[in-house]
Amino acid sequence: MAPIMEFEKPIVNLKEKIKELKAFTENSEIDLKDEIKTLEERLAKLEEDIYGNLKPWNRVQMARHPDRPTTLDYVERLFEDFIEFHGDRLFSEDEAIVSGIAYYKNQPVTVIGHQRGKDTKENIKRNFGMPHPEGYRKALRHMKQAEKFNRPIITFIDTKGAYPGRAAEERGQSEAIAKNLMEMAGLTVPIVCIVIGEGGSGGALGIGVGNHVHMLENSTYSVISPEGAAAILWKDAGEAQRAAESMQITAPDLKKLGVIDEVIPEPKGGAHRDIDAQAVLIDQVLEKSLKELKELSSEDIVEERWQKYKKIGSFQTV
Amino acid sequence: MPLKDFFGKRKKYASIPSEKAKVDVPEGLMQKCDNCKQIYYRKEIVKSLYVCPNCGYHHPMTAWTRIESLFDEGTFKELDAGLTSANPLNFPDYEEKIKKDRQKTGLNEAVVTGTGVIEDNQVAFAVMDSHFRMGSMGSAVGEKITRAIEEARKESIPFIIFTASGGARMQEGLLSLMQMAKTSFAVKRFRDSGNLMISVMTHPTTGGVSASFASIGDYNFAEPGALIGFAGRRIIEQTIREKLPNDFQTAEFQLEHGQIDKVIHRHDMKKTLGKILSMHADGR
Repeated sequence: MAPIMEFEKPIVNLKEKIKELKAFTENSEIDLKDEIKTLEERLAKLEEDIYGNLKPWNRVQMARHPDRPTTLDYVERLFEDFIEFHGDRLFSEDEAIVSGIAYYKNQPVTVIGHQRGKDTKENIKRNFGMPHPEGYRKALRHMKQAEKFNRPIITFIDTKGAYPGRAAEERGQSEAIAKNLMEMAGLTVPIVCIVIGEGGSGGALGIGVGNHVHMLENSTYSVISPEGAAAILWKDAGEAQRAAESMQITAPDLKKLGVIDEVIPEPKGGAHRDIDAQAVLIDQVLEKSLKELKELSSEDIVEERWQKYKKIGSFQTV
Repeated sequence: MPLKDFFGKRKKYASIPSEKAKVDVPEGLMQKCDNCKQIYYRKEIVKSLYVCPNCGYHHPMTAWTRIESLFDEGTFKELDAGLTSANPLNFPDYEEKIKKDRQKTGLNEAVVTGTGVIEDNQVAFAVMDSHFRMGSMGSAVGEKITRAIEEARKESIPFIIFTASGGARMQEGLLSLMQMAKTSFAVKRFRDSGNLMISVMTHPTTGGVSASFASIGDYNFAEPGALIGFAGRRIIEQTIREKLPNDFQTAEFQLEHGQIDKVIHRHDMKKTLGKILSMHADGR
């Protein structure tokens, strides 16, 4: 069973109680139908109250939930004949990023995404979804191929950040990300990016420069982790909740700021409660995006992307 | 007897000069090197462009001192001088911090942009100043750099940037992160137009700035000893549970690992840039 987050405990407790009562009625003469009905109504209201009013920190918890679906969960549901390709041709393979080609509604596409593990063993193999430079370079190699063969690019963003390690620095983490930003700017094919979990700073943006950028309702996208910001600003990582609120890192907040295009709704209680349903909800938005972008010429695709990013920012003149 | 009384007879104040006092004293006439602690006449270190005459340490320069040290006299024209940060997220204390740094530095933002002539070569230019919010990049910094690059593209002249930044500015959240994309877009458009871009990384160039325009010039240079890297040293040490060597993420370390083209001493900067600019002017 999915680990329970503190804020959803009242719902889980009530669900348990209803289940107990139902089991009790089945095995006894006493009719508790009315009581169960009342409790079920209360449950519906409680779910509405809690899931309908998630605080930024609750969404951070959702985005980090160990059972939260990963890139490959969606790839198998949204695409057909996905074939993964490996390696950056320079140094090595980086399993923190998966990349390959597939059919999306009979159209060949390039699919790239951060890949976390779901247990310790898999997480070690995937380096917790935190890429080294070779991950970004592999992604770029595949994006350039997509351009050559005129395939749209779909990226799934789900990382705490680019890996902060010695080897990553020695091999040019900065340059790898910077180069991706620059090259993605110029790609002549449509790019659609979807943040499915945590969008951790430059490590997320490294595969995140798109014509359209969407976010799942309970995903986050942030310039620095709430803990990191709190440690720097208030010298206390315990102030992470406050930092999460102040930095406006949730999908609804970022939509309001004009940084992202669409907020993709999640099933009640989060994507991990129903991966199939979540895939359908992503599918609807993705299909619309690709259809819109298909209408544009290669030049217009680049121009549209430039116009989008050129506008982002808020400043004043004194 | 309560424990605090036990210490009661101790002298309450000791005369240890503060960190700040150590560096500043005596203000005006003398200055101490941040690295080797040798004391010099201030005018001596100003004359040597804030490079310590004893150990060669390159002290951070203000944007305007840098401009003075590079441009042929009277040629620099500033762009977007009044552009400054707003507070789009209503982030607590952000406006006060900006106001304080504006007063402290006389700048409106952490970058000065403009056009000018270096050794007879017309260029567009951006220089970041780490004295303003650690040179961090928010919307205003991203916008100014983008505009300066676009100006260079329009005029078909080289673009030179001197970076000095702790990374993206937290108080503007994702708007800051997106400046990485925006500036990289501008670089792409500029480089595709066939013009020359030079990045010179000065102390410190880290995080979102090192992972965007700083690393994608046609040539990427650095000043001696400059800290250059993506992730902070402390974070890396915590992650890999290993002590990092002293020279980790210095300009020399980056040179050794093939990440930059050349380390250029500040005293040779103008001359070297001039030569490179001339070589590119001849070919066009």
